[in-house]
Amino acid sequence: MARVIVTTSGKGGVGKTTSTANIAAALARFGKKVVAVDADVGLRNLDVIMGLENRVVYNFIDVIEKNCKLSQALVKDKRVPGLYLLPAAQTRTKDAVNPEQMVALCEELKPEFDFILLDCPAGIEGGFKNAAAGAEEALVVTTPEIPSVRDADRIIGMLESMGKSPIRLIINRLRPNMVQDGDMLAKDDILDVLSIDLIGVVPEDENVIRSTNNGEPMTMSLESPAAQAYLNIAERLLGRDVPLMDLESYASRGLLSKIKKFFKKGKKK
Amino acid sequence: MDFLKKIFGSGNDGSREKAKDRLKIVLIHDRTDISPQLLESLRSEIVDVLTKYMEIDTSKIEIDLDHDEHEVALVANVPVLRIKRGKVDVDKN
Repeated sequence: MARVIVTTSGKGGVGKTTSTANIAAALARFGKKVVAVDADVGLRNLDVIMGLENRVVYNFIDVIEKNCKLSQALVKDKRVPGLYLLPAAQTRTKDAVNPEQMVALCEELKPEFDFILLDCPAGIEGGFKNAAAGAEEALVVTTPEIPSVRDADRIIGMLESMGKSPIRLIINRLRPNMVQDGDMLAKDDILDVLSIDLIGVVPEDENVIRSTNNGEPMTMSLESPAAQAYLNIAERLLGRDVPLMDLESYASRGLLSKIKKFFKKGKKK
Repeated sequence: MDFLKKIFGSGNDGSREKAKDRLKIVLIHDRTDISPQLLESLRSEIVDVLTKYMEIDTSKIEIDLDHDEHEVALVANVPVLRIKRGKVDVDKN
């Protein structure tokens, strides 16, 4: 029976869909059978991030309305065995589904998979409630910025009152250089105020844009800091104890930052 | 100058501390945000308790959450007409 996990954030544009795609691909690489469900009805994007947009025929609304069988709507990713996408409808609105139907859909998927990842739309309205209804666990994505952390706090409160557990945090797009320079919220600053468990920190990485352009999740092949971070998150989901990446060392790779560090040390004395 | 600033870092002028403080305050306020319905039911329960012990002017009661920069307080202003003397029947309800 599958574990059902919703990826959510409250605020838009913080990396929910990218996170869902990369974690799904990573779990599949670790040998799990995974389906990524695009729960963002009307604004679907998981298909393009995964590079499967040309293979979408039916969507999960078709399944709910019995226009097709579940197996017909599932898009099998040919690059990684065990990875599937269940697309959203693009020409419908969020009112096309209700929470009970989402729960029923997840129940139908559960026996077939090890993991069901639900990619939730931004916001706290119907779309969020639909996506969250089917899930037992939650991943909350935030960037190290006030608006995003604030919205994450609100979403965490709602997920807690819905009884989701565990609820774990992904800090996305962290720039170690800026944290070192005292110009960005650090991991611990965010954990202090949100007080939930951290499942991973993903550094800002240009490869995210490249992988979106190419339609291939980074965790399928690319070796990059963000890909590594998502692979680690997938391993932690599998219950393995993986230490957090040493992002400091990424920050001090450049010559300029080495010079900076040298002078900073000098100043303290 | 900018180049030198880049090398030496901006020292204590970083915006991280400011972000931390602003975030904390925003969350204190968000987390204590109360709906009008909840405030009304709180009000009526407080009135029920108080009227066991004293006569109060229910039309002039003010109950609100007072937000200042660092904390949130429940502030109630209840005009008392008369304290009930003698044995108070606490178990009336």
